[in-house]
Order: sequence, then C-alpha cells, then structure tokens
Amino acid sequence: MPRVVFTENIQRHVPCPPTEAHGVTVREVLDAVFTSNERARGYVLDEHGAVRKHMVIFIDGTMIRDRITLADSVVPSSEIYVMQALSGG
Amino acid sequence: MSDRILAATRKGLFTIERTGKGKSGWSITKTSFLAEHVIMTLPDRRDGSWYASLYHGHFGSKLHRTTDKGETWQEIAVPAYPRQPEGEVQKDMWGRVIEWKLDRIWALEAGGVNESGVLWCGTLPGGLFRSSDHGTTWNLVESLWNDPRRQEWMGGGADLPGIHSVCVDPRDARHVTIGISCGGVWVTHDGGASWDCRGEGIWSAYTPPDQKQNPNVQDVHRVVQCPAHPDALWAQHHNGIFRTTDGSATWQDVSNLKSLSPTSFGFAVAVHPTDSNTAWFVPGVKDEHRLPPDGKVVVARTRDGGQTFDILRNGLPQDHAYDLTYRHGLDIDGSGNRLTFGSTTGSIWVTEDQGDSWQAISEHLPPIYCVRFAD
Repeated sequence: MPRVVFTENIQRHVPCPPTEAHGVTVREVLDAVFTSNERARGYVLDEHGAVRKHMVIFIDGTMIRDRITLADSVVPSSEIYVMQALSGG
Repeated sequence: MSDRILAATRKGLFTIERTGKGKSGWSITKTSFLAEHVIMTLPDRRDGSWYASLYHGHFGSKLHRTTDKGETWQEIAVPAYPRQPEGEVQKDMWGRVIEWKLDRIWALEAGGVNESGVLWCGTLPGGLFRSSDHGTTWNLVESLWNDPRRQEWMGGGADLPGIHSVCVDPRDARHVTIGISCGGVWVTHDGGASWDCRGEGIWSAYTPPDQKQNPNVQDVHRVVQCPAHPDALWAQHHNGIFRTTDGSATWQDVSNLKSLSPTSFGFAVAVHPTDSNTAWFVPGVKDEHRLPPDGKVVVARTRDGGQTFDILRNGLPQDHAYDLTYRHGLDIDGSGNRLTFGSTTGSIWVTEDQGDSWQAISEHLPPIYCVRFAD
C-alpha cells in the first residue's frame, strides 16, 4: 500500500502519523486516510477537495501535477509526502 | 463593567484582566494559540463561550470555541462555500476572478439575545454565513451571495472583498446590518431572506465621479450600531466619518470639521452603548501613509453626534509613535466608560473614563487585530 507522510508542522494542530492506505491515485489514498482522520482533511484540502494554495504534495519525490482532482497515479510502493509550501510564510 | 479583554494578535490570543496590579491595573493572564495568527475573536455573552478564528498560512482558516474561558478549546467547523456552477467565472469590479472558497473570517458576531447558538460570520471573499448551533454547522446566506450586485464588490485593504461588520438589532434579530470593504452597507429585515444596499449620503474619492455616490462601492472600514438606539449607526469610511440616525437610510458626513483635525481617516469606531451621540475613532493619516498624525497616537471623541470632536491624548505616546489601529482594534464595554484599543505595533491601551485618560497595558504584544471586552 502507498505510504503517506505529513509535514511535522501539521502535527501540533491535528495528529497525522505516517499511514498506509489503499488507492491508485492521490485522491483515493488521501480519501482513505482522511476517512479515519476527518479533521486533517481541511488542513490539507480546501472545501472543494483541491490542495490548499500553500500546501504541496510529492509522490516519490515528484510534485503532483493535478492539484484540483488529485488524479496523479500512485503504485503500492509509493511514498506520498504532504508538505508546506514556502510560499505560505 | 467588563473586567476582561480578549486581544487577538498575529501571534496568539491574549486574555487580559483587571487585576489591580501594575501601572495600568490590567494584566495578561492567559495566552492561547501562541504563535498562531488569530484574526478575530468573539466573546458570546449569551452563554459565556468564546470563539477564536485562526488564519493559518498553510492550513487555511479555522475556528475554535471554549466554554471554560480559554482553559480548553475545541475546533469547530468553518464556513464552506458551495461549489461554483460549472463553467461560471465571477469577477470583481476590477475584473479579478473571485473564487468560491473561504479565504478568511473577518467578522464574527452573536445573533439575537433569544437566539441561543446563532452566530453570523462575515468572510473574504464576501460571503455571509449563519450558524444556528454554536458554529457546529454553517449556512451561506445565498440571497446575498447570489445577488448580482455582489459582483460589483471589490477588495479594500485586501485583494478580495470582505464583510467586516455585522450589527444585529437588539429589538429584532431579523434586522441585520453589515459593512463590506468594498461593498457599502447592506440591510436585511427578514433574517437574511432579502437585502437592500443602503448608503445615501456616503461618497467615495477613489472612484470615477459617476461612481462617487454608488452605495455599492463604498469602502466602509467599520460599522457599529448603538445598542440602545439601533437606528443610530456610525461608519468609519475610507474617506471620512459618516453617521445615520434612520437605520442607514441616509448618512451624514461629519468629516469636514475643524475640531476633527488633523484627520478623519482611520479604521476603527466605537459607539457608546446608550448615548448614540457619543462615539470614538482612532485617526491615521490617509490613506497611503496610514500612520498616526505627526507620530502622535490620539483618539477622537464626539459627544454631540459629530458636530464637534475632542482629540484625546492623555496617556498615549506623543513622540515618534507609529501605531496603527485596525478596524476591529477598538472596543467599548457595556458601561460605556471603559474602552480599549490595540495597535499594529503591539501596544494596547485602556481607559476607564471614556478616553479622558489612557493607560498602556502592554507595548510589546504582537500586532493586534482585534480587541473585545468579555465577561
């Protein structure tokens, strides 16, 4: 299963431990993670499910291209990093 | 008489209490959300709960509620915009795209005295939301959001238009007046089912002449309502100070008075809770400067409905002071004797004699966005 790792700075607002979850796209994996950690969803995604303006997501070291629908593909060995963009201050 | 002040700042929410200690007699007794960007707070006198709005640069806007005076906080829901109709693009008056997304919370007010749990929330990019369950859920006031005149609004001090003032009539909670930068003053008498843009008499200097008196482009920086005389409201506007005594049907410009010298520009206004003729302002040099006049912090007070103003400076810094007070940075308590205001350079002052004399509570806080008296 893909593994999701969250920025350390999110932890003081909502605990987000590294998690493995099923899915073949970033959307599917994150949905699976947020189903069991609903509060974290709003810290990473906006009310329409897009990546927040000053958040970034990497798959195996490459930034995702689709920040709106999160359709970028993942494989079972993928590591997904949910990080802060420096643009957010 | 309120013995507690909440100060929302760039680096946390501070509880200040009248302890009798120190030079001012007021002390910081609690710090909440240290290091976080707290841009709005609401002490709800109906049930004693407090609310704090956080604006995380990365993680978005959040709302928290406490029922034990800040000992513990619970995160609650934030207003959420509906998904925009497919293919529709909305732009503001300047042609900039307005996305249907919560940018930040800019106003938070309690509903009527008998409306337990009802809250109003003004936001950027211009949506007004209402909760009937203490902020557990929020509903967009669609009548206002879907009004085509809303698309004439534009940012004032921010890229996006925003609702910064919500005044709920103590006589009838269905009568609500809101202020928008820049969108003027809007009024509902049916709890938000329908709205009128009011503002006859308010004028702008930053628009072409044919738009000068368009009520829907007015940059009212702040609107406050006298609780005992709700048809009397005061507005600190980008181009001066305006007053209405007929529920915002007509407004009078009281800016061009010699006694208001040196300036009628500013953001904040407070009105006495029972005497609608008495109001306070924190002047700044307009509008590209935004500094205290001559480096001296002063408060302007009128006791006669804006016919004359006193410039109050006793206890305020008068030498190289560059404190600016934002629109939510001035408040008055229920007695009408105590006022407090905070500044962008982290100073906060209090008066217990309607402004005749001021004491500094602190001059070293983070930039202050909002101050409110609490029980």
